[in-house]
Amino acid sequence: MTRAITLRRRVEPALIPLINLAAALVLSAIVVLAAGSDPVEAMVVLARGAAGDRASLGYTLYYATNFILTGLAVALPFHAGVFNIGGEGQAYIGGLLASLVCLFIGPAIGWPAIPLAVLAAAAGGALWALVPAWLFVTRGSHVVITTIMFNFIASAVMTFLIVNVLIAPGQSSPESVAFPVTVWMPSLGALLGPSPLNLTFPLALVLAAAVSILLRASRRGFELRAAGANPEAARAAGISTGAATILALMLGGAIAGLVAVNELMGAQHRLLLDFPAGYGFMGIAVALMGRNRPLGICLAALFFGALYQGGTELSFEMPKVTRDIVVVIEGLTVLFCGALENLFRARIARWLGREMVA
Amino acid sequence: MSAAAPAVELRSIEKHFGLVHANRSVSLSLAPGTIHGLIGENGAGKSTLAHILYGTVRPDAGEIRVGGRPIAIHSPRDAMAAGIGMVHQHFMLVETMTVLENLMLGQERGPTLGAGVAAARATLAATARSHDAGLNPDAPVESLSVGQKQRVEIMKALHRGAEILILDEPTAVLTPIEVEALFVELRALARAGKTILLVTHKLKEVMAITDVVTVMRQGAVVAERETKRTTLAELAALMIGRTPRPPSKTPASLGPPILEVDAVSVFDAESIKRVDGVSFQVMTGEIVGIAGVAGNGQAELIEALVGMRAVGAGAIRIAGTDVTMLSVSARRRQGLGHIAEDRLRLGAISTFTATENALLGRQDDADCCHRGLLRRSAVIGTLEEWMRAYDIRPPEPNRRLALFSGGNQQKLVVARELERRPAVLIAGQPTRGVDVGAAELIHERLLALRARGAGILLVSADLDEIRLLSDRILVMCAGRIAGEVDAAADERRLSLLMAGAEAA
Repeated sequence: MTRAITLRRRVEPALIPLINLAAALVLSAIVVLAAGSDPVEAMVVLARGAAGDRASLGYTLYYATNFILTGLAVALPFHAGVFNIGGEGQAYIGGLLASLVCLFIGPAIGWPAIPLAVLAAAAGGALWALVPAWLFVTRGSHVVITTIMFNFIASAVMTFLIVNVLIAPGQSSPESVAFPVTVWMPSLGALLGPSPLNLTFPLALVLAAAVSILLRASRRGFELRAAGANPEAARAAGISTGAATILALMLGGAIAGLVAVNELMGAQHRLLLDFPAGYGFMGIAVALMGRNRPLGICLAALFFGALYQGGTELSFEMPKVTRDIVVVIEGLTVLFCGALENLFRARIARWLGREMVA
Repeated sequence: MSAAAPAVELRSIEKHFGLVHANRSVSLSLAPGTIHGLIGENGAGKSTLAHILYGTVRPDAGEIRVGGRPIAIHSPRDAMAAGIGMVHQHFMLVETMTVLENLMLGQERGPTLGAGVAAARATLAATARSHDAGLNPDAPVESLSVGQKQRVEIMKALHRGAEILILDEPTAVLTPIEVEALFVELRALARAGKTILLVTHKLKEVMAITDVVTVMRQGAVVAERETKRTTLAELAALMIGRTPRPPSKTPASLGPPILEVDAVSVFDAESIKRVDGVSFQVMTGEIVGIAGVAGNGQAELIEALVGMRAVGAGAIRIAGTDVTMLSVSARRRQGLGHIAEDRLRLGAISTFTATENALLGRQDDADCCHRGLLRRSAVIGTLEEWMRAYDIRPPEPNRRLALFSGGNQQKLVVARELERRPAVLIAGQPTRGVDVGAAELIHERLLALRARGAGILLVSADLDEIRLLSDRILVMCAGRIAGEVDAAADERRLSLLMAGAEAA
């Protein structure tokens, strides 16, 4: 029995997402069919578009980088019991500070501005998360409300700054002048390209590993999880739950801020309007699907990256499968792998249990 | 009484949970109109049996008969249809709804609520007792005391037509006065012909109220006695399978004061004074008991002592150092230990593993943490030792705490706090929810800590425990120390002080 239970514990986490994914794909196939296209062909185009050649794979990983970052930005505070919906705004403000470093310090000092700008992006995100965190700890303001409102504030502030202050002289499109080439995030396009894949991707993987170590093996991570699981017991154990919450939200914000490094320093090479483009919100789905665990988030991010890239290719090659239908497929995946994660669990647990005891 | 056909009969009930044989051919027969006690240690299988009768657990084999007729109970709905109701240890009430609305849940009797409301009011009127003010049907449940909530639970069962009432550890959450009120209620119900199954491990209560008592041990019924013809000592011996041994208490060898509480006042969130100028000392090598009816400031005093609640006035010193303004962790570094009264609220985290709970509160200690990284294997090693020494079962460090029984959770918390070798220990209800064997073990360990020169402040609602362990007893009433008695003082004097009479 004990052995059956351990086996079940090992098999379940891998099996259930796969079954949910399969359910989502079946439903997606029906949608594609209803739209008048061949679902099998669509699947093949999607897969080829996501990983068919070096460039596609590069793009997939480039998108996945954003998803890893925003997924971690949701998951880390989640372990401390707070729901960070502010990834979007944190990325935006991170982008502001990183751009300022790239535009005004970059020309003077050259490549050392890169690590400086990375730190600035993290600091921007962290500071933008600090205000809601501080309001929560001192005044009890609900983090879901404050972080989502801070997205709007960030958006308004950035629109003002980009349109009125930082806009390139003589330009009508709302974007800054290009960053000097010396501060571009080193590209990995030569490896998997041509694509905007850059050093932010390995950085995101390292961060995922670091978050894993923080949560599982460090004292701070333990305090943070205790504060999330039972704040009163944590306080009785001498843990400052306020400090743990602030730390978690600021770390989450810092990681979200790094989206700017991938997008602006790695791909666009300038500051432009609305660059977070919903990645912050997708982070919620990524964290949900990855069950708030760093490894799970990396896998989920890879999946969403593939869907994003493959979906673009799909709507290009099969006009009947529009961009909207790709969004429906994404939505179904989030629905089955996140929101309906327990749909098949009881049945599978029973089935596994019976199989293994017998 | 025994001549009448049984109201309920369980025959040869078998239940396995994996490798655990929770019920071994259990047979039990309840005579109508009686109060039947079902006692046993934690894990003896009494709760399993109660849940089988109520339909929340399905037996592997066996038969249930109600009124002589065999019936199948697959769900609480079936049980209720057969006239079996259950009052759970943790109340199943909607806090924001009124008493009346809670009674009506699932008994609306039609799309408009008129009939349901009338029926619920009728039940409330029928069960209103002359000896108390009764329950206001329109009071929201969240405004009620614990004892009143339990009455609502009982009424809910009666309103659903229960003839047989199962009560699972009903007194665990009650104050002594509320226990008395509950017993009056139960006696009245039995007189009215209801059959009551009282599942408990408190022998005193079984002796006080039951007509018949069934003892379970390791899943099997080991004895059934008429309460009149048995003794507390016999039941205790049957329950644990040997004669209980009272802890051997050496005379106190007092040292200097280790905990000094000087005119401490504590206010709650609404600025109401809950602790009012309390002063006392605990010497090294001494156990000081704090007795009192729950809600007289003990909980607030403990929270102030351990640093979770700000002190409004006064000073707290540990070994001469003023800790009044220090944080919880700073006080722990000064040698303060704390067994939290409410285990799952303050003492442990049920979603964490046993290992993580063993670490809770020790995360700053050098043997658990090195340069910010946890020393997991060292923590597991220590935990495995505790699991042996305190007989924590099952001995699986990676098991989630919620999957341990209440008694084993408590042993883990007690082990964690005692093995830190605190200079001062604040012990709130240290044996709450544990069985006789485990309580003996915890008492021995507390006395051993005292013998090593620690000072212990024991706060408990269990007067027997206070009298057994304490060298001195302080009685708290309405936020003040109402008086001090020595351990040999008679119970009457203690009760008078607890009730607020002036110290003679």
